[in-house]
Amino acid sequence: MVEQAVLEVAYQVVGGDFSQAGDGASRLKRVLQQIGLAPALSRRIAVAAYEAELNIVIHAYSGVLKAKVSPVKVEVWAEDQGPGIPDVELAMKEGYSTAPDHVRALGFGAGMGLPNMRRNADELEIKTVLGEGTIVYMCFANRA
Amino acid sequence: MNLKAMVEALDLRVVCGEEHLSRDVSGGYVSDMLSDVLAHAALDCIWVTRQSHRNVIAVASLLGLAAVVLVNCPEPSPELVSKAQAENVVLLYSTVSAFELVGGMYALGIRGCRRA
Repeated sequence: MVEQAVLEVAYQVVGGDFSQAGDGASRLKRVLQQIGLAPALSRRIAVAAYEAELNIVIHAYSGVLKAKVSPVKVEVWAEDQGPGIPDVELAMKEGYSTAPDHVRALGFGAGMGLPNMRRNADELEIKTVLGEGTIVYMCFANRA
Repeated sequence: MNLKAMVEALDLRVVCGEEHLSRDVSGGYVSDMLSDVLAHAALDCIWVTRQSHRNVIAVASLLGLAAVVLVNCPEPSPELVSKAQAENVVLLYSTVSAFELVGGMYALGIRGCRRA
């Protein structure tokens, strides 16, 4: 099989900086639209990537949002240096959140971020090390 | 129904995005939690909220919403308006309460949306 062409992008994410929060996901969505990915798929990826990016802004110190696009799939990684997730199963539960009050006041911390990622991605995998950081991996099949 | 007809019928103020008012409205969603909106708001729907910070614009843009209607909140900041303009998001402002506003929308035939 011929090696498939791929496109890779990476956007830095700054923990605690709500003024730039979501910019990475917005830029990713623009790239996906420009290369002609189906709008419904771009939207699903953008929503999941936004949630992953916001988790870095809310919970971590710094991180990066990366994506790799091939004709068959789109892969997204949200990697951070942060506190890690003590109980992933609990964090996946809809409504559970550890976001502080000032973040909730902005309308974040509904405990729907990870469930939204799971709903939109075809595959979701979380690797986390306490005191070091978290990697959220998501894969979206490109069935266009 | 398009945005222009809704804006006129409900006497909403167009903060920015006047040039996009011919856009059709698919339905409506009300929430102040951004993830809730990300989970449930459909393409081309209007979002009624009292959140008026810039992340609202990012969410509206990502989802392809027809408009954001600010309600029960202070005047939108110049920063919010410039972000909305940059992202081509229509920003509307209501001076009546959320309850009155949504009732008015419902009376116009706009129904709640819920993404599959």
